[in-house]
Amino acid sequence: MSEGGTGLGLQAVAARATELLSRDGVVTERARLRTYECDGLAHYRVTPGLVVMPETAEQVAGIVRSCAEHGVPYVARGSGTGLSGGALPHAEGVLIVTSRMRRIREVRADDQRAVVEPGVINLDVTRAATPHGYYYAPDPSSQQICSIGGNLAENSGGAHCLKYGFTTNHVVGAELVTPQGDLVTLGGAAPDAPGYDLLGAVVGSEGTLGIATSATVRLVRLPEEVRTLLVGFGSTDQAGAATSAIIAAGIVPAAIEMMDALAIEAAEEAVHCGYPAGAGAVLVIELDGAAAEVQQEYDEVERLCRDNGAFEQRLATDPVERALIWKGRKSAFAAVGRISPDYIVQDGVIPRTALPEVLAAIDELSGTSGVRVANVFHAGDGNLHPLVLFDETKDGESEAAEKVSGAILDLCIEHGGSITGEHGVGVDKAKYMPRMFGADDLDTMQLVRCAFDPDNLSNPGKVFPTPRLCGEVPGRHKGVHPAQDAGLAEVF
Amino acid sequence: MPAHPDLSDRRSAGAERRSDNSGDEYDVDGVVPATVVRPTSTEEVAEALRSAARDGLRVVPRGHGTKLTWGMPPSGVDVLLDLSALDAVLDHAAGDLIVEAQAGAPLAELQRVVGQEGQRLGVDETVAGATIGGTLATQASGPLRMSTGTMRDLLIGVTVVRIDGVVAKAGGRVVKNVAGYDLGKLMVGSFGTLAVVTEAVFRLHPRPEVQRWLRVPVAGAGEAWERTREVLHSQCVPAALEVEWDGDGGGLLVLLEGREAGVAARARTVIGLWGDTAAETEAPHQCYPWDAAARGDDRSTATKLTFAISGLADVLRTARAAPARVRVRGSAGVGVVYAAVDGSTEDVVATVRSLRETCAGHGGSAVVLDAPSEVKGAVDLWGDVPALDLMRRLKDRFDPDHRLSPGRFVGGI
Repeated sequence: MSEGGTGLGLQAVAARATELLSRDGVVTERARLRTYECDGLAHYRVTPGLVVMPETAEQVAGIVRSCAEHGVPYVARGSGTGLSGGALPHAEGVLIVTSRMRRIREVRADDQRAVVEPGVINLDVTRAATPHGYYYAPDPSSQQICSIGGNLAENSGGAHCLKYGFTTNHVVGAELVTPQGDLVTLGGAAPDAPGYDLLGAVVGSEGTLGIATSATVRLVRLPEEVRTLLVGFGSTDQAGAATSAIIAAGIVPAAIEMMDALAIEAAEEAVHCGYPAGAGAVLVIELDGAAAEVQQEYDEVERLCRDNGAFEQRLATDPVERALIWKGRKSAFAAVGRISPDYIVQDGVIPRTALPEVLAAIDELSGTSGVRVANVFHAGDGNLHPLVLFDETKDGESEAAEKVSGAILDLCIEHGGSITGEHGVGVDKAKYMPRMFGADDLDTMQLVRCAFDPDNLSNPGKVFPTPRLCGEVPGRHKGVHPAQDAGLAEVF
Repeated sequence: MPAHPDLSDRRSAGAERRSDNSGDEYDVDGVVPATVVRPTSTEEVAEALRSAARDGLRVVPRGHGTKLTWGMPPSGVDVLLDLSALDAVLDHAAGDLIVEAQAGAPLAELQRVVGQEGQRLGVDETVAGATIGGTLATQASGPLRMSTGTMRDLLIGVTVVRIDGVVAKAGGRVVKNVAGYDLGKLMVGSFGTLAVVTEAVFRLHPRPEVQRWLRVPVAGAGEAWERTREVLHSQCVPAALEVEWDGDGGGLLVLLEGREAGVAARARTVIGLWGDTAAETEAPHQCYPWDAAARGDDRSTATKLTFAISGLADVLRTARAAPARVRVRGSAGVGVVYAAVDGSTEDVVATVRSLRETCAGHGGSAVVLDAPSEVKGAVDLWGDVPALDLMRRLKDRFDPDHRLSPGRFVGGI
């Protein structure tokens, strides 16, 4: 089916959608459908069969119920900034866009909670909480445009998760539309709801277990003091050693970010952030907390950096300087576009202590393949974002880059790490899942999928390389499923 | 029920098997197992479960049994899976701030090992002798949950054995990891009803240089909340904020952690807020207001109350007005406190109901963790459980025949 909306099931869902939603909330014209063909990972493109833009949880539930009734797959999408193709549409399915669900329903400073709809922009939660002395801690680099619904689906991180944790530590409740189209409440304003921690499974499940239509999030007290330090080193080894020394000293900075020479060059060219000239690596270190504590930690960090070869240390003394330091780091991905027409962003994780070894190995990979790699990463928690540079118009470069990129993930797995720290598996890394997990591991995860979505309609084709056939009776497989027979799926 | 021949063979696989039915030692809240199996490795756990599967036997996992009476008694136990021999702290990677341990390892032993490098697992030993696995299965937590969270926040990797004997892993050995479903979260607080956890990897925190507790007496519920609010909204970054409360009033306690100069400065801030009646005090001796060693009918009705933080005053008022005697202790700063409820069964049941109503009004719940059997028979331990249908479906996928810790958990799961 190449034209959207020609399948019978899809037609039925489209008809139901026009009953449920306002007229401009249903998109069927091919040209407009095409504007939703990708998320932040633009080299995967699929034009959705239908796009709907609900405004209420009941509307989402109604659409999903209709999809369930007609066996039509669907994909939820927030702002579409994801970097793993998690919101890649389904050609014969519905794309449910949550951008019209943008209300911040409550900000309750005394309870340290806010209740927000999924389309609310991450930074807007902090903006709403700041007048009360609070903020929302998870801060992905895209926080000015990414949505809470997407953050919840991906379990988004950010520079400050070293100290404050990830989305999963900050979303305490959610209203969820199940793949059957039921609206259920998971968790709430209070911690530790009785029963299984379904919310813990849903956060980070990349939209495969349902669609969140609201989230109750924790608000964190704004710190008394914040110090942001930019430190120049001769090499990534020195910067890595300084990072280890800081952690070993029992200091948990709010963030420790590293960029190598190539990443610095790109950032400098793009945003003129004034990073130290000639540095082989820079660290951006942020300390926050009570003033007396921060002063003491700052003195120690300053000394540890010096001991490990820092040749320049610059302390941001006001918000403008702090913003400039962060600008260099947060714009790094986009900045690489200045020095290379195309690039792949990787998101592997390694134990922090393996940093020197892994960086050396990446260097060697780059050297032998001739593929340039710029390194930007969350040094504090070992989350690497190697940017693998290539030019698609040149023969073989794209394949070479893909190969280097895969080899970097292998390095991460070999060192006991992960193929993704915060971007998610999506469609992009599903093929790497069997390198990290065995068949029994994946099968067990899919038991969860089967409990929530036995018909495999909620964001199918993401996370897992092969769908599991759930069967009527849990745990008992009867006969051969037509998809299995056709070689489209396998039973573990 | 006679032991299955294959289970008798466990000894040959290195596992120790007991079948003397010594009820007082191995019973699960009065339910006596037919057989006790004591595996020494994940593979032996898998073998035991495969073997139990062949005969459709019901299995209950156990660590040191310090919280085995929590929840409902199981509807039956054919095999008690004693995990206390899986007691190794496998690997402490200090530079990466992680530790890997077997489920039967005592929490105190793990703390000793990581403490040698100036680190800690940020969870309190709420009952003396608790194991990693038991703490995880019950999501037990103490004062530290305010700063470091609970097992839910600290667990980064897990190895489980399914009821069909399949061994599976999720997560890994790095803190930041979003590859695949987070099965660990489903295991935390599942009371051993989904799968048997045999190994776990945790993130660690540096042990603070200095710890200091301050206490202020409070007379009224409104005052308790006001004191709580002051500290929460201040810049003193409490590591814990606890309330103690019985019929005659109580106190609030704050824990400050960090470096000497910082802690001293923040202690002055707290005293500035709380006034002259606030004073330094020793660390509280226990996390729960009940006697965790009490057994049978000597047990208090041990209740966990959760609520949106500002609900504290109402919860304390309800506790004071309740027909039974209620002693409260717990984390005022996060909205999780524990209540020991004592009195006639009728009064205890009425008290649980009124506490439940108050907590629900503040977005939370009142769960009876443990109680004399008469109370367990007279009140629903869990109260209203949203999304119970989804939970049942999950249970059905993991344990289709309902043989793992049957009946212990919500909705009879």
